Amino acid sequence: MRLEPRTQVPLALAIAAPASAIVLALLLAAIPLLWAEVSVLEAYGLIFKGALGSRFAVTETLARATPLIFTGLAAAVAFRAKLWNIGAEGQLYLGALTAAAVGTGAVTLPGFAMIPLVLIVGALAGALLMLIPTILKLRLGVDEVVTTLLLNFVVLLFVSMMIEGPMKDPMGMGWPQSEPIVEAATLPKLVARTRVHAGLILAILAGIAVWIMMQRTTWGFEARAVGASPAAARFAGMPVPRVMIRVGLISGALAGLAGVGEVAGLKGYLTLDLSPGFGYSGIVVAMLAQLNALAVIVAALFVAIVFVGADFMSRAIGVSNYLANLVVATSLLTMLLASLATRYRLRWR
Amino acid sequence: MEIVEILFTVSFWAAATRIATPLIFGTLGELICERAGVLNLGIEGIMTAGAMAGWMAVYQGADLWTGVVFAFAIGMIFGFIHGLFTVPLGLSQHVTGLGLTLLATSLAYFTYRMILPDVPSPPRIEAFQPFAIPILSEIPFIGPALFKQTALTYLAFVSVAVVGLVLYKTPLGLALRAVGENPAAAEAQGIDVYVMRIGAVMIGSGFMAIGGAFLTMSAFNAFFFEMIAGRGWICIALVVFASWRPGKALLGALLFGAFDAFQVRLQQALGGDIPYQIFLMLPYAFSILALIVMSRRAAYPKALMVPYRKGER
Repeated sequence: MRLEPRTQVPLALAIAAPASAIVLALLLAAIPLLWAEVSVLEAYGLIFKGALGSRFAVTETLARATPLIFTGLAAAVAFRAKLWNIGAEGQLYLGALTAAAVGTGAVTLPGFAMIPLVLIVGALAGALLMLIPTILKLRLGVDEVVTTLLLNFVVLLFVSMMIEGPMKDPMGMGWPQSEPIVEAATLPKLVARTRVHAGLILAILAGIAVWIMMQRTTWGFEARAVGASPAAARFAGMPVPRVMIRVGLISGALAGLAGVGEVAGLKGYLTLDLSPGFGYSGIVVAMLAQLNALAVIVAALFVAIVFVGADFMSRAIGVSNYLANLVVATSLLTMLLASLATRYRLRWR
Repeated sequence: MEIVEILFTVSFWAAATRIATPLIFGTLGELICERAGVLNLGIEGIMTAGAMAGWMAVYQGADLWTGVVFAFAIGMIFGFIHGLFTVPLGLSQHVTGLGLTLLATSLAYFTYRMILPDVPSPPRIEAFQPFAIPILSEIPFIGPALFKQTALTYLAFVSVAVVGLVLYKTPLGLALRAVGENPAAAEAQGIDVYVMRIGAVMIGSGFMAIGGAFLTMSAFNAFFFEMIAGRGWICIALVVFASWRPGKALLGALLFGAFDAFQVRLQQALGGDIPYQIFLMLPYAFSILALIVMSRRAAYPKALMVPYRKGER
């Protein structure tokens, strides 16, 4: 009996692997539910109902999935090239901050120009933030994992400084928050009186665009080659540093867009609780999707269902909604185990 | 210059040592893992879990040292998961570590909420108290700064010495460094690479958990959400800064502690003129800067992040 690497992954296996990982994660998460002395089936039923049980619930789940698609794509693009961008949280906040700075009256343009403007500046902010650790990695060999992680804290403090200082809303009753985004810069709602906004469409389009880029273009081919083996890519004549910088910029921009969507589509103003860790959950989304951009959309929906549903379940039967984080973290680890099945096959001989 | 004078006060260096203690444990723990060839990004979560576990054990009636041992054991369990995933299974050390941080953090928070569903403010425990070490604390200046601390700080100093000795003066330490530098050669010497690596990750994770426990059992005496606040990531930077040497890790952590303590005092002196967030950013910025300076000549363990498969070249 031995393991041998697979050259191709059958489609059935590519679907079965994450599905079984999620089932295993849900089984493991039943342990804390049993400890809380609640019916496991009832709890999962409530999670399902809370996330998909009504029209409103579905819109909440879609609203929650929107930033997760963006941060999931940010992680998927970077990880494919083995650029470990763990800084999506910081890039998200910097994108949101820039969108808020431009969108709260600093610039006045009609809607058709204003919305693209906030999207572009937000994406640019995220991209430029990711440029720092990418260049440090390439030029000075500084590990990007630590720099991107530490920059998250720096950015959060910077956002805090701005919304308590120059960007503070004078009408905010003393709360540290920015002024509201002007009407022209606000992303339109997809369904009236709900929180699901046009950012969802953009996120899905981004997913398709990233998929095409990664699978069908030279850029994507180079990114995958650098991820598989930088030495081989260099030997094949690819400009490895340039590829890395490109990947870093795209990844940062996607995370920045997550922030724009939250501030200009969902919340309407910037606060420090804009993201409950979307940047970190994006890593789980990307891994569940096995770094495939189209699968990211599905994986983001799953994670959104868990989070939205767990909030509902928590209100209904009083089990802490940290259960959602537990399910998501466990499914990342079980997905890693399942990835063994897609990468290797068992040979009997 | 009042601000410079701060640097020559005993109370400043005593504070620096307090701030450094969790970082000494965390850096030492990460160093042990990386010396065996395994990057452990679970550190932030393991510190959170250790902080919660040690504190909760004492809150439930255990004595302080039992709490420390409990935290260490919890750390070892998480270390075992990380070792299992990354060593025999050869899964991505980055992703496993981050997953472990998410898991350990959410388990700690969930458990805290399970046991204490609705406490208005975080309850406190009778924590470790500072005591002076006879003779050593009478050394002028250094004595009262370093040797009028709590037991966990002394444990941190002792751990550095013990880990240093084991790493450089014993066959065990040689074996551990060998699996991190050249696992194939280590195996040829009859060393079980998997056992060594998993063992190192477990011990290292235990140290990380005590680092977290210091915060709840010796510094703040209560558990708060988000209390680790990136200390784990700073430890990873400190390991590079220390070139994977325990003695330098101690110095690095003390230097960082001094920098952080100075930042707090600067904030008190200059507060009002400059937003406080600027001062809070400094420790993170300092860590990045330290990484930039040291990365050029970083002598990474050769097999760091390289999975080893038995019988393969």
